[in-house]
Amino acid sequence: MERILSQMPEFFSAKNLVLLAQSAGLTLSMTLMGCLIGFGLALVLVYLRTTPGLWALPLRVTCIAYVEVFRRIPFLVVIYLVLFFIQTIATDVSLFTIAVISICIYAIAYTADIIRGGIDSVPYTQIEAAQAMNLSRLQTMYLCVLPQAWPVIVPPAIAFAVSFIKDTALVSQIGVFELTFRGKELNNQGYSGALVFGTIALCYFAMSFPLSMLGQHLEKRLATPRGKRNPR
Amino acid sequence: MNYNFQFNVVWRNFDVLLEGAWLTLQLGVFAFTAGCLIGLVGAAIRSYGPAPLRWLVNIYVIFITNTPALIQIYFLYFALPEFGIRWSNEACVLIGLTLNAGAYLTMILRAGFLSVRQAEMEAGETMGMSLPQRIRYIVVPHIAKSIYPALANFFIVILVMGTSVGALIGVDELTGQAINLSTVNYRWLEYFTVAALMYVVLTFIASIGLALLGRWAFRVKARIF
Amino acid sequence: MPHLAVNGIHAKYGSLDVLHGISFDVDRGEVVSLVGPSGSGKSTVLRTLVGLTPVTGGGIEVDGTSIDYRSSRSVRAARDRMAIVFQQYNLFQNMSVLGNVTLAPRRVKGRKRQEVEAEAMDLLDLVGMAHKAHAYPDELSGGQQQRVAIARALALRPEILLLDEVTSALDPELVNEVLDAVRRLAAEGMTMLLVSHEMAFVREVSSKVVFMDQGKVIEAAPPAKIFDAPDSERARDFFGKVLRG
Ligand SMILES: Nc1ncnc2c1ncn2[C@@H]1O[C@H](COP(=O)(O)OP(=O)(O)OP(=O)(O)O)[C@@H](O)[C@H]1O
Ligand SMILES: [Mg+2]
Repeated sequence: MERILSQMPEFFSAKNLVLLAQSAGLTLSMTLMGCLIGFGLALVLVYLRTTPGLWALPLRVTCIAYVEVFRRIPFLVVIYLVLFFIQTIATDVSLFTIAVISICIYAIAYTADIIRGGIDSVPYTQIEAAQAMNLSRLQTMYLCVLPQAWPVIVPPAIAFAVSFIKDTALVSQIGVFELTFRGKELNNQGYSGALVFGTIALCYFAMSFPLSMLGQHLEKRLATPRGKRNPR
Repeated sequence: MNYNFQFNVVWRNFDVLLEGAWLTLQLGVFAFTAGCLIGLVGAAIRSYGPAPLRWLVNIYVIFITNTPALIQIYFLYFALPEFGIRWSNEACVLIGLTLNAGAYLTMILRAGFLSVRQAEMEAGETMGMSLPQRIRYIVVPHIAKSIYPALANFFIVILVMGTSVGALIGVDELTGQAINLSTVNYRWLEYFTVAALMYVVLTFIASIGLALLGRWAFRVKARIF
Repeated sequence: MPHLAVNGIHAKYGSLDVLHGISFDVDRGEVVSLVGPSGSGKSTVLRTLVGLTPVTGGGIEVDGTSIDYRSSRSVRAARDRMAIVFQQYNLFQNMSVLGNVTLAPRRVKGRKRQEVEAEAMDLLDLVGMAHKAHAYPDELSGGQQQRVAIARALALRPEILLLDEVTSALDPELVNEVLDAVRRLAAEGMTMLLVSHEMAFVREVSSKVVFMDQGKVIEAAPPAKIFDAPDSERARDFFGKVLRG
């Protein structure tokens, strides 16, 4: 306890605080990038999954298998697989890129399910109406189905991304200078574990809690039908 | 890409991986079961407890669910010794995961509790069942139906996302064994591919088992896929 | 040669057989009505025509060309010539009235926005909905949505218009408006196939009535004949009830 108190002024020095802020920024930016790219790819995956016809069967099976398999593999294992796979095919890929790719691979699997749920929530008659007008499958998707599915898709997708801020802690293992890695580094420099990991935990909390509140607020707002919202 | 996959090494050490998988399963089952107990108490307090206790539970849930499990475990492992509490790495993972699961399960079970209240009322009005009978035949099936899918899903999350975190403080569960073995002969890709497949198989067995259990015990149609 | 020829079509939902060999012709510029008890398969006939419910037997010809419902090209061609107004309107909830009406002309036909919008406003005017051009479907009453759906179908410039119960959600005054619109379209030479429970409307507007029951055509004749002196017992029974009621 005394040790913690005596280390405090030095631990909370400007230099360390800047380092922590930078690491928190890195944590946030890799989560954001990974989840955004993952979300985009998940849209493609879900779209491919709805391809009709017998010839597309392998495609559909692949899409389903992807989601099923990657939801069942620990994120840590995915990180290692991506790291070593990329290192065997290329040499100069940054660790940050590898982290983003790992997050992306994982985010695809989770958000694909969310997107599919949203699309299924749109009445099939809307799709039929579009088909009867000769809109193409792609047009039907982005002009009619997705705009109606957003309210169902966006809140859980944000909730996923926010909760994934925490899971990115595992990326510290391959040496990306994010929050957890910085924590271990500071701990190794001799700062008290309670002080370091307590502070790191607070940093995660400060990012995760407000964002999850924001997500819940958004969910409530989107759940109100258009007519009841503020007039346009 | 001219990488030569050599799975022979992996097969030679497959029993080590299997041991790891066994430990993974044990950790998962223990953390889940103990977490359920915490969750039950937590949910009961949040639903029926006095205000100060309720706040405590709320703080516990909000804090745990907004910080990484890894940091929670690091705290137990690196910070507690400073206060004279020394736990083995296995104990840290187990306790950390249990506390973590307890918070999430408090949320899940509370949702179940909320749904039960009305069912209980209705049950009380109808037929002259004794209290234990009512609990056995009405309340429990009702809770089970409303939260079983979420519980089953969370078990898989603990089994996969949760236990693998242990590898980072040297617990030899499946991911830990994969790391140990590959640092010896650098067959990272092979070991991790096999470990990944083992996770898939393990969770599939768990999913199917849970779905069958749910169907048999509570008549819930839990989804396997 | 009839404009639209339906030759013994069969259709099913899953394993439930709904149509058992439906046949009738619609000549160019003719208005034909499908009538029959609820669940007799009237909507299903219209759905098969635009390829939403697969035909499992028989065939459909437009202008002598038969449509192959397994070929997406052929289905597209069919949808190009026929437009359907659904019983449940099925307006796109995420678009304004104007958006609904201009969607297909712009995105499918690739026409210019200004031109399409001007035409859409004319069509909305025709159905008395121009003042709601910027409202959203969930802000409209059923009858208003119905009329927008008609404008949306007309914006496709179809040769054959398929109307499913277009008067069911309208009050008598509006029924007359829609009736006027239909009559005007008929005068302009639009071929129409319509489903209706509104017998006065059917009698007034159509040159042939096809009476269906349980997925079969029981009798097809001009309205005067089928309403006043039907050949079949079933039709006499049905029209006896609905006309008296
Ligand atoms: N999507 C569907 N799935 C399964 N069965 C259906 C479906 N749609 C219609 N049916 C069945 O097909 C039969 C014919 O339905 P259809 O909608 O064509 O009747 P209809 O003559 O239009 O009736 P109404 O006058 O009530 O609109 C009915 O028995 C109905 O139950
Ligand atoms: Mg109908």
